[in-house]
Amino acid sequence: MTGTLLVGLYVFVLAMFVGFEIITKVPPKLHTPLMSGSNAISGISIVGALLVVGRGESPLMHWIGVAALIMATINVVGGFVVTDRMLRMFESKDAN
Amino acid sequence: MGLTTGIELAYLVSAALFILGIKRLGHPDTAPGGNRLAAVGMLLAIAATLLDRQIVEFGWIIIGIAIGALIGLVMARTVKMTAMPQMVAVFNGFGGAASGLVAIGEFLRIQGSGVPLEADSGVSIMAGTLIGAVTFSGSMVAYGKLEGIITGNAIQNSFIRAVSILLAVGSLGAAGYLVGLRPDLLVFFALVAAALVLGVLVVIPIGGADMPVVIALLNSYSGLAASAAGFVLENNSLIISGALVGASGLILTSIMCRAMNRSLANVLFSAFGTGVAGPSAGAVGDRVATPIEAEDTAMILGYASQVVFVPGYGLAVAQAQHKLRELGDLLLARGVQVRYCVHPVAGRMPGHMNVLLAEANVPYSELCEPEDVNPDMENIDVAVVVGANDVVNPLARDDPSSPIAGMPIIECDRAKTSIVIKRSLSPGYAGLDNPLFYKPSNRMFFGDAAEVLAKIVEEVKEL
Repeated sequence: MTGTLLVGLYVFVLAMFVGFEIITKVPPKLHTPLMSGSNAISGISIVGALLVVGRGESPLMHWIGVAALIMATINVVGGFVVTDRMLRMFESKDAN
Repeated sequence: MGLTTGIELAYLVSAALFILGIKRLGHPDTAPGGNRLAAVGMLLAIAATLLDRQIVEFGWIIIGIAIGALIGLVMARTVKMTAMPQMVAVFNGFGGAASGLVAIGEFLRIQGSGVPLEADSGVSIMAGTLIGAVTFSGSMVAYGKLEGIITGNAIQNSFIRAVSILLAVGSLGAAGYLVGLRPDLLVFFALVAAALVLGVLVVIPIGGADMPVVIALLNSYSGLAASAAGFVLENNSLIISGALVGASGLILTSIMCRAMNRSLANVLFSAFGTGVAGPSAGAVGDRVATPIEAEDTAMILGYASQVVFVPGYGLAVAQAQHKLRELGDLLLARGVQVRYCVHPVAGRMPGHMNVLLAEANVPYSELCEPEDVNPDMENIDVAVVVGANDVVNPLARDDPSSPIAGMPIIECDRAKTSIVIKRSLSPGYAGLDNPLFYKPSNRMFFGDAAEVLAKIVEEVKEL
């Protein structure tokens, strides 16, 4: 096992612990926004898609990259926007 | 400090922003800011990536982002709140697919260059491909079930189970072969196909009422897929973000399981909702459910002092949340104490009912949870169940042999009067008969929730 993979595993395990620690006692009201917001974050694979498209290697790779890029962007943009829309509904209601 | 270091540092900052963002999403006051913070983190990660010298072709990047952003924006802006579970499922699937495609692209690149696949990157690529493909096809099936394209009932038999096991073992074997022996293109595509089918077979057996668990679990998978893609690209930003999402999805999954008093394994493999009714199924004919009409309902509600509404999936189907609030407000104006009691697994995704009630502008102060209402249930004059079934089924409390035994319920059967608004006496998704319907203190109001509520609203206005 190389050092890079090992470091990656360390980062992964520690980040999982961070994830479990920071999300404690989420009120039911926020279950959906938490899910759709964190879902948008999982669209981070857009970074990988950008690299695949940007390297411009073979035509097959190109189209795989473009497909990944479009889907990741839908995930990211749609996820953040819809979460914002939901949270606004909660907000305006609490202000009343 | 070189450009590469700068990019890496930008990734680090974006990961920190994601952590802060998710943390804030867990608290009501800070949630909107948390979402925006995470979005800024994402923008930063994208901007940093575009500075990477490996990127030489920008034309298609702009086109791809433009298309994706447009589709995402339109979907997010126009989706009805009642259809939110479907859309979350679609986004999950797309995220998983993107991660999987990144891993597939990397495999093809290495394979094409003729360099042997190293064990490290090989394992990462296989993990990314498998998780990504399962997340994608599983989410699409979940979407199909939620949208009503595929039957919401649990489809399960030993054949599906056997094929699933075979596919799981087969794809792991293929992954081992590809990494250990030879990166053969055909074997790789067979693995992708097997993983896609596996995703379908994993979600197909799960019934509609268990969808909140599945959606949360797929959410977790989409994070793990991103993490795996991060291992493929040796990019810590992806690893961290994916792990965070994986963790938050797992937490939601466990909250949902606890709210049903079932283990995750039980949800995934027990074929809830196959329509096999419990021991009381034969007894239906002996008992009588008393129907009620709008006028009487309005009388009972209008002169009550405490009313609790219990919304369920039927409310979402009928899009009756606005009518429900209208009724609630009319009653409030008459001096009735009105509360909305939301069960954690009511609806088709975690928090589904809260989103609907928020859309209808129900104030947060009027929402409550089962444990707030249950101890005091005897003092509640009317409990109105709108399109919910299993979450108010007394069998969960009374019958230890029932499949839903031990699931915390909203004990409407203990209220002075209960009124169930429902299309028919048909069992819920768990396939169980509900003794609440036949209690002497219960009245059934048959019909579409929106139409029924509209009739009651008219009658209450007449009082």
